[in-house]
Amino acid sequence: MKFVDEFREPEIITKTSEEIRRLADPKRHYRIMEVCGGHTHAIYRFGLKDLLPSNIELIHGPGCPVCVLPMGRIDDGLSIAHDPNVIFAAFGDMMRVPGTQGSPLEHKARGMDVRIVYSPSDALKLAQANPDKHVMFFAIGFETTAPSTALTLVRAKNQGIHNFSVFCNHVTIIPAIRAILDSPDMRIDAFIGPGHVSTVIGCRPYEWIAKNENKPVAVSGFEPLDILQSIVMVLRQLRDHEAKIENQYKRVVPWEGNRAALRAMADVFELRAYFEWRGLGFISQSALRIRDRYAEWDAERRFDVPGVRVTDPKAAQCGEVLKGVLKPHQCKLFGKECTPEHPIGALMVSSEGSCAAYFNYEHRKTAMVTGITSVA
Amino acid sequence: MSVAANSGISSAEVARSPKIRFREPQIEMAHGAGGKASRRLVEGLFAPLLFASSSELEPLGDAAHLDFNGTRIAITTDSFVVKPLSFPGGSIGELAVNGTVNDLAVSGARAEAMVVTYVLEAGLPTPVLEGEVRAMGNAARKAGVTIAGGDTKVVEHGKADFMYITTTGIGRPLPSLKIDPRSVRPGDKILLSGPIGDHGITILLARGELDLEADLRSDTRSVFPLVEALANAAGPGVRWMRDPTRGGVATSLNELARDCGCGIVLQEETIPVHDAVRGACELLGLDPLHIANEGQFLAVIAPEYADAALNALSLAPGGEDAQTIGEVREQPSGAVLVTTRYGGSRIVDMLVGDPLPRIC
Repeated sequence: MKFVDEFREPEIITKTSEEIRRLADPKRHYRIMEVCGGHTHAIYRFGLKDLLPSNIELIHGPGCPVCVLPMGRIDDGLSIAHDPNVIFAAFGDMMRVPGTQGSPLEHKARGMDVRIVYSPSDALKLAQANPDKHVMFFAIGFETTAPSTALTLVRAKNQGIHNFSVFCNHVTIIPAIRAILDSPDMRIDAFIGPGHVSTVIGCRPYEWIAKNENKPVAVSGFEPLDILQSIVMVLRQLRDHEAKIENQYKRVVPWEGNRAALRAMADVFELRAYFEWRGLGFISQSALRIRDRYAEWDAERRFDVPGVRVTDPKAAQCGEVLKGVLKPHQCKLFGKECTPEHPIGALMVSSEGSCAAYFNYEHRKTAMVTGITSVA
Repeated sequence: MSVAANSGISSAEVARSPKIRFREPQIEMAHGAGGKASRRLVEGLFAPLLFASSSELEPLGDAAHLDFNGTRIAITTDSFVVKPLSFPGGSIGELAVNGTVNDLAVSGARAEAMVVTYVLEAGLPTPVLEGEVRAMGNAARKAGVTIAGGDTKVVEHGKADFMYITTTGIGRPLPSLKIDPRSVRPGDKILLSGPIGDHGITILLARGELDLEADLRSDTRSVFPLVEALANAAGPGVRWMRDPTRGGVATSLNELARDCGCGIVLQEETIPVHDAVRGACELLGLDPLHIANEGQFLAVIAPEYADAALNALSLAPGGEDAQTIGEVREQPSGAVLVTTRYGGSRIVDMLVGDPLPRIC
């Protein structure tokens, strides 16, 4: 398959993996954070850890939108859809994320009108097809998906579609990285920068990480070779005591980002003063809300939202895992109370969440090597 | 999933205190999706209450094989709920025949006769029904199975998605085959009859919710001719077979791994997948190993019969793309491991619920 197979060629992959082994100083331990959940998923799916020396540790970052969404937001969104006149529309990613009374899928099985959509504009089409219902799109995602939500709101306004609203949970990646770097228990040597987000925001917003924090960054694609090449890039920088932003994903990511997408976002959204991130707490100016001129399409203003705050179960250590302080299997609930079928923390829900990825692809492999029997 | 144990039900045995392990408060969609939740429901509720106590120890197969005073018959049943009713390459009427024929086939039996139940929704246009009955008739003739009877029920408009079909089939076991997951040993080879994921992705695209088009057709067909070719060429070496429908190859092989206590190790590059299926899976964040098939089957073959088996499959019409995709090993016990061409590996679990596309 074009544009995929080229990046999975065994020969080049083996060569790149050998280069990583040459570059990694055996006397040193490397902690490299892949910010994006898509990278986490790819690392497990392609078994890339098998190709790295043991002194390179990959830390899974906060770039999984459903993982960082607090449970209270899910409850709020679902509370609106208890009205039989409301259709709850969301990406497939959201469907198994638990609220306090269950996930959207469980609500659907009990009779709530829950639909999986593949884009915000599909949700708008749903509203047009169901003029006697109200369609609420539960929007999630970083700068990757925010522009399409913005353009959909512009279209709803221009076409005068009034039975449609957006429950906006869009967040921005830079404040999350800053929060992780500010965390006292943080020990990260370099970053693999998000690929899809960077197609929108470009590479410039990461420059402070190199300049002020002295950490190398390589913005990376999602194929095995992309990720390995990005590891080569940051290892070279570390060897040469450099810190700069490199763009491994040039075939997709323009240095300056996508201006049209950024304009659409700026037109529709403004920064919230603060927003709660699951596991990371409140982070100022880290999320988007819908501007006043689109207030009619803002579900939070159109409906009574309880604004519930739900604390995560005490034993769950999602925050520590999210910051890379703990490995997924070091959490007390991992594989016992918390499994992909019965997730307690959101990291166990999304296949991009580090716990689910670790559970699905890795932990029984590890158990096999160490001789521990499966806990599944 | 067909609910069928390997031995018959005896009412005297059922009366002994059954152990119900299914404790979930209500039925969720996942209980019907063919993955872990389905297995919990069948093993935790249906099996203890319905099946003879001795069969609790026996793995659940695709069809039950019964012995009536020396006459052996195989029996199975399956219900078909599909949206849309027709799709490129097939429709519900055809699926309902092939699904049951295939459940019998992979249990090692030739389908002989079938009874069918139609649950129809009031308001269903007659031409739609006629089309499906025709499709069923054609599929039955093609598979050489007699439709011996049936039943029709009509429910109120809005209480069903146009129509549901249940087919119950009986078959004659092929004497050269003995299918039992507990006979599977490390060193056995795993054969796959052809490319995976065509049916599931075709249905996903036919629902029209995605602005995606691909030149894909459901693979629905009877796999019996292939099973028969395998039985003739390598009968004594065939240890286990399964048609990987809902939950895909990953779920079927995980069930096998649990039932036999061995590990299943697959070589990813040997698994045949059409480019259109791979492309759609890449785009939607799905794993082809979790996608449903309606015209393929997996077989575990003793190593000394492996070449003959693959050769026979490849020469049979419709088996041209058959491949050896992996083997049984001692480790990882009870799990399925997939290795890549460049030396990476991953565990592939059963599907949890329906496959959901990842977007963000």
